Amino acid sequence: MADAGAQAPVRRARRRTTRTAWVLRVIAVGYVLALVALPVASVVQHTFADGLGPVWDVLTSDDFLAALRLTVVVAGVAVVLNTVLGVGMGVLLARYRFPGRRLVSAVIDLPVSISPVVVGVALILVYGTYGWFGGALESIGIRVIFAVPGMVLATVLVSLPLVLREIVPTLEEAGLEQEQAAQSLGANAWQRFWRITLPTIRWALAYGVALSLARSLGEFGAVRVVSGSVSGVSQTLTLYVNDSYQELGPDAQRQAFAAAFVLMTVAVVLIVVIAALRPKEDRS
Amino acid sequence: MSLLADVGAATPTRRGRRPGELTRGAGLGLGVGVLWLSLLVLLPLAAIAASAFDDGVAGFWSAVTDAEALATIRFTVGAAALVTVVNAVVGTLIAWVLVRDRFPGRRVLEVVIDVPFALPTIVAGLVLITLYGPSGPFGVNLVGTRAGVVLALLFVTLPFVVRSVQPLLIDADREVEQAAASLGADGFTIFRRVVLPTLTPAIVSGAALSFARALGEFGSVILISANLVGKTQVSSSYILTMIESQEPTAAAAVATLLLVVAVVVLVVLDVVQRRTARRG
Repeated sequence: MADAGAQAPVRRARRRTTRTAWVLRVIAVGYVLALVALPVASVVQHTFADGLGPVWDVLTSDDFLAALRLTVVVAGVAVVLNTVLGVGMGVLLARYRFPGRRLVSAVIDLPVSISPVVVGVALILVYGTYGWFGGALESIGIRVIFAVPGMVLATVLVSLPLVLREIVPTLEEAGLEQEQAAQSLGANAWQRFWRITLPTIRWALAYGVALSLARSLGEFGAVRVVSGSVSGVSQTLTLYVNDSYQELGPDAQRQAFAAAFVLMTVAVVLIVVIAALRPKEDRS
Repeated sequence: MSLLADVGAATPTRRGRRPGELTRGAGLGLGVGVLWLSLLVLLPLAAIAASAFDDGVAGFWSAVTDAEALATIRFTVGAAALVTVVNAVVGTLIAWVLVRDRFPGRRVLEVVIDVPFALPTIVAGLVLITLYGPSGPFGVNLVGTRAGVVLALLFVTLPFVVRSVQPLLIDADREVEQAAASLGADGFTIFRRVVLPTLTPAIVSGAALSFARALGEFGSVILISANLVGKTQVSSSYILTMIESQEPTAAAAVATLLLVVAVVVLVVLDVVQRRTARRG
C-alpha cells in the first residue's frame, strides 16, 4: 500500500480498485465466516468440551446405533431408487422426444422446491391410515406411514432430481453419434448402455449420487412428519439430534451434539468428494 | 395415464425410426417411470389440494385466514423476502470475490460456501444455536427471536445466488469492462452498466431458488425459532402442528399455498432460463 502511493497516477487508479477489492473481500469472508465457518467450528468445540469419553459413550449407545442403522438403510434405499430413476428418466429425457416430456421433467423438479413438511403431509394424506390408499394397504398388512417405507418415500422425494439433473446435461452434450455407431455395428441396447452411455456419464453420475446421499442422510423435515420418531425404532440420526436436543439436561445435549458431529463429518467428507468430482465432470 | 396411451400410440416397431422416437423398450421404461412419479409425486400433491378444499372454498378460505395461519404466513413470506434480498446482494458480492479476487484461503471459502447444502438442516440449526444461542460466546441470544429465524434462513440459502452467478462471471467477457474503463467509467459504473445486466438472469434465478427454499424451510429453523405461535412460527411448522392435531384440512390449506408459490417460482425460473438461452 505505502509504496503504491508513491507511484505514478496510472497506478493510483489501480490502487483505488485494490481498496474496493479489499473491502469486498473482507465483507465476503466475514459474512461466510460469521454465518457458516465459526458456527461449525463452535459445534466441534462444544462436542468435545468434556473430552472424547462421553462422546464415545453416546456413539456406542443402543439408541444411537439403532438410529445410525436406520439412517443408513433409509438413505441407501432412497439413493438406489433415485439413481435408477435418475439414469432411466435421464436417458429418456435427453434422448427421446415424446408428448408430455416437459411435464415429466417439471414433475421431477417439483418435490425439491416445496417444503419437506408439505412432502411429508402429502404422503400422509395418500398413504396414512385415513389416506386415499392407506386403509387398503394396511388391510393387506403393508404399513407405509409411521414405518420405514414412508421414511424411504419421503427421502426419495426430497432428493428426487439430483441424479437426473447431473447426468442430463452430460448426455445432451455427448450426443447420439457414438451410440448410433455402436448400433450400426450390431450392439444391442444393453451393450450400448454399459459400454457407451455409462462411461460417458460416470462422473456426473458419481456427483449426483454423492449429492443424493448427502441430502438423504441429512433429511429431517419430511422424515419427521412420516416417522413418528420412536427412539430405537423409527428414529433416524437427524431425528435423534432433534429429540435429544429438545430433552433437557446435559446428557441429552451431549447426545445431540455427538450425533450432529457425526452427521457434520459425513457432510464435510461428501462435500470434499463432490468438490473433487466436479472438475473431472467438466473435463469429460 | 393419457400420457401413457399417447406414448404407446407413437411407438413404431419398425427399424430405422427417426432419432428421438421411442422404441418399445424406451416406451416401457417411460411407462414405469411415469407410474412411479404418479404414485410418488402427483397423487400426494393432488391429495394436498383435494384435502384443502374438503370443506369447499369457504373451508379453505377460513383455514388460511385463521389468525394463527395468517400470522405465520405473513411472517414466513416476510422473512423469505428479506432473506432473498440479502442473498441477491451478498451472494453476488461473494461470487464476485470468488471469481475476480485472488487471496490465500479462497479455495477454503469456495468449499465452505457448499457446507449449507450438505449439512443436514437440523444440524445447521444446532450449529447456529451454539454460536448465537443462550450459551454463545458473543452474548447474543437469538433463540425465540425473528432475527434468529432470518439467520437460519440466510444460512441454508447462502449457496443459491453464489452458485448461479459464479459461472456467468467466469465466462464474462472482460474486454467489455476494460473498454468501459478505458472510456473513463469508474468501477461502480462499470459494474452497474456492464456487469450487472449480464448477471441479472442468474441473480434472479438464484434469488428465486432462495425464496422458495426459505418459504418452505423447517429443519434449520425449528430449534432457533422455539416455535413461538404468532411470533416465530414458520408455515412449515404450523402445517406440522395442524396435521399432528388431526386437522388435515387446515394443514393442507396452508400447504396448498406453499405449493402454489413453489410452482410459480419454478415457472418464473423456466421463463428466465428460456429467455437467457434464446438471447444466447
